[in-house]
Amino acid sequence: MPAVEATPPTIRKTALNAVHRQMGAKMVEFNGWDMPVEYPSAGGIIAEHNAVRSGVGVFDVSHMGDIRLAGPDALAAVQHISMNDASRLAIGQAQYSALLYPQGTFVDDVIVHRLGEDEYLLVINAGTREKDFSWVRDNTRQFNCRVENLSDDFTQIAIQGPKGVNLLQKLTDADLSAVKFYWVTHGTVCGLKNILIARTGYTAEDGFEIYVPADEATSAMVWNRVLEAGKEFGAVPCGLGARNTLRLEGKLPLYGHEISDTINVWEAGLDRFCKMEKPEFLGRAVLEKAKPDALKRTLVGLEMVERGIARDGYKVLDDSGREIGYVTSGSFAPFLKKNIALAYVPTQFAAVGSMVKVEIRGQGVRAQVVPTPFYKRPKKA
Amino acid sequence: MPYPTDFRYTKEHEWIKTDGKNATVGITVYAQESLGDIVFVELPKVGSEITAGKTFGTVESVKAVSDLYAPASGTVTEINGELATAPEKINKDAHSAWMIKVTLKNPAELNSLLSAADYEKFIAEEAGH
Repeated sequence: MPAVEATPPTIRKTALNAVHRQMGAKMVEFNGWDMPVEYPSAGGIIAEHNAVRSGVGVFDVSHMGDIRLAGPDALAAVQHISMNDASRLAIGQAQYSALLYPQGTFVDDVIVHRLGEDEYLLVINAGTREKDFSWVRDNTRQFNCRVENLSDDFTQIAIQGPKGVNLLQKLTDADLSAVKFYWVTHGTVCGLKNILIARTGYTAEDGFEIYVPADEATSAMVWNRVLEAGKEFGAVPCGLGARNTLRLEGKLPLYGHEISDTINVWEAGLDRFCKMEKPEFLGRAVLEKAKPDALKRTLVGLEMVERGIARDGYKVLDDSGREIGYVTSGSFAPFLKKNIALAYVPTQFAAVGSMVKVEIRGQGVRAQVVPTPFYKRPKKA
Repeated sequence: MPYPTDFRYTKEHEWIKTDGKNATVGITVYAQESLGDIVFVELPKVGSEITAGKTFGTVESVKAVSDLYAPASGTVTEINGELATAPEKINKDAHSAWMIKVTLKNPAELNSLLSAADYEKFIAEEAGH
């Protein structure tokens, strides 16, 4: 029976919407969601960003979607629709991956969590929820597994930064020191039993994402207790503004910017998450023909050499002023204190040290190709 | 709200303070609050002409790029060079962190700008939307 997609309301709210407003958050529309962009009371984007780099920040990321696949063929279904190799996942392990169109471009990027013997959870982007769910459902019909859209079931709270582990450990009986990066566990959190705790995030920092029931009272209780428990670590609430600058410093892709339905895996430089040794998955055949060494354009990191901030969509020029590419994301980087950007340019301009220009208000402003990620978190001793 | 009564204001959130034909221009507290952390300011060159209602520069926060609109016409006599390296001064004290000084062409242009009381009314309405 064909399922009828509910028409989404024009603007959606997470269960924490009223809490954000009470806290004086500045709200913006993001992919159809009314979300906090920053909390002036926490000091704003730069202060929030740097709290995550040095201590801990707390984000409402309930706009993210969740798709559960369960049943005897769940692994085969996940293998068919995703580019990474889910057969390598132990129970409790997660991996970065992507859903691809047959032409090797992106439906979305996802985190695949293996929750049980035959149970997987895909965490997907807010702006692509409906598209992703339809895509997964329609492309796994031949497999013996259930596909459920759990997107509205969870309030997802990200606790990010080097002190995140100390904060969350105060609120849970789960031994977080036993949970490695990109692994998950279940435990009691704030008195709520069997909560999914994942050591994942989108900030290029250590951290956790917890999935709690989506009713407003429970969500608010957990949010408030997390912030309260984080006081001794300088925890601040963080909005989408800091989330964006944090992920940009770490070169983590954003759908619609670094990855999209017109950009393929090789161009985006996500080769190491695309396992061509898997005999079959959607997108594989075309990607095999479009070898990475035959690339026309590729994603590079830019640092502005002259005064100016490259912004999403600005043109990249060569020395003579000819248009050669475009900026996918650009901002002042609050931790690095530099103006940085990601951009697609022809491969002959991709070498570190190459000089290009970014067109800012009609002027070519000099920028240099630099190594990425711009920021890498310090390794623990 | 601390909007000085000896300033005039634009609906684009600039302030202007005059002393005869000499004027000082900046952006308002409301503007910096809306923008958030200011990280970049681009100002015209000393000696250039600015025209009432036309852009004379750009201010950028982490998230947003905004044009600066001239409250009145004139010739730029000085720019606040400090803002190139310390744009956050605008967040700290927008009504002191001036951007440009101008010799006005026609001080009577200021009559069409908002008084402090009118500006406060205007931003209260704007914030209500």
